[in-house]
Amino acid sequence: MSRAEIFDSVDEAVSGIEDGSTVLVGGFGFAGMPFDLIDGLIRQGAKDLTIVSNNAGNGDVGLAALLKAGQVRRVLCSFPRQSDSYVFDELYRAGKIELEVVPQGNLAERMRAAGAGIGAFYCPTAVGTPLAEGKETRTIDGRVHLLEFPIKGDVALIAAHRADRMGNLVYRKTARNFAPVMATAAATTIVQVAEVVATGDLDPEAVVTPGIHVDRVVRVDERQYTVQGAR
Amino acid sequence: MSVTTGPLTPDELAAVVARDIPAGSYVNLGIGRPTRVADHLPDGSGVVLHTENGMLNMGPAATGDDVDPDLTNAGKVPVTELPGASYFHHADSFAMMRGGHLDVCVLGAFQVSATGDLANWSTGAPGAIPAVGGAMDLAIGAKQVFVMMTLFDKEGASKLVPACTYPLTGVGCVSRVYTDIAVIDVGPDGASVRETFGVTVDELRDRLPVPLQDASTPGG
Repeated sequence: MSRAEIFDSVDEAVSGIEDGSTVLVGGFGFAGMPFDLIDGLIRQGAKDLTIVSNNAGNGDVGLAALLKAGQVRRVLCSFPRQSDSYVFDELYRAGKIELEVVPQGNLAERMRAAGAGIGAFYCPTAVGTPLAEGKETRTIDGRVHLLEFPIKGDVALIAAHRADRMGNLVYRKTARNFAPVMATAAATTIVQVAEVVATGDLDPEAVVTPGIHVDRVVRVDERQYTVQGAR
Repeated sequence: MSVTTGPLTPDELAAVVARDIPAGSYVNLGIGRPTRVADHLPDGSGVVLHTENGMLNMGPAATGDDVDPDLTNAGKVPVTELPGASYFHHADSFAMMRGGHLDVCVLGAFQVSATGDLANWSTGAPGAIPAVGGAMDLAIGAKQVFVMMTLFDKEGASKLVPACTYPLTGVGCVSRVYTDIAVIDVGPDGASVRETFGVTVDELRDRLPVPLQDASTPGG
């Protein structure tokens, strides 16, 4: 589909996600995590998924709940191990889930490349480290670089603050994180928002993700959750 | 040379790091101990803090009603925004690092080599779950990489080493190591003591497995 569609229910918005899909999941910890879309994906039941996200779940909700439901075969992320990543930790130690650790900047830039039609790029991150193993190198301006390939998603599940009916998106504070990049990098981008406004009601200068990158939008109620580290 | 009191407490060390950050710098403070440096930056320093999850001019930790789940730092702790703050997505945030736009980053470490290699993401222990986050990007991207750590581990082994035995985060990327008993420059020319806290350079030479040049002034 070319134009964004506004859905009335989360279940409709996540319909059709196929087994074996690569799913880009927004969020940095809980900030910007598309909780409702993930819950929808759990109900929808697609299996054998590859998840690309910064973390590998916190507590028992969101991404952790999807992992717990046994729907994920492989995770690409930068920072799986956290104080409350026990769901992932147990699956990983039991050999039930594969992990590819990707430096956070490469995770973001590889998705940006996918969304921008860049075939691959060279970057000095991780040179001389175990994460460089097997990667093609090239010396540019006297500095060793590694060849990094795009990460493309079949689906992106992201959260934004507000959408208009064209699918233009604005975000709130650091909840933006990976979402604008993931929106460009997936064949189908599905967005949950706190509010859908009429076309023309978003300041065009303030739009962060233009609607061309957005396929499906669903409004969800704001959810209260305990912020990790809050005091 | 005179001997001053040491070792430094983590807060005293954070104050020493803060003192050395030039006014007006763009700075990223790593998760954990480096975060404390923010508490010691002098008023009016004009230092702008970057957090890799997409913000410049981050303010102090949020408490009470100021806690906003949409506003956290890289350690996922709720924080505040200062006037002049800006938000941006992750690829832009890491372009700031990798493009060489950040003046200083301060990271923790398991080991640093005399030539500036950094090991701070994995002990390589069997069964350990690797997690690198943004450390490798910060290590190669910031103009200056400062490390904050205790000089000796719990078993008394030096964390400043001829060559790191833990998996590397970056090669030749660290410029200076701030520890509880000494500040030591590292790099292509090896290790050079800038400042000591409660020890002499000769005492350090006896305890450290790397040759030390002496460019020290007594600190404290």
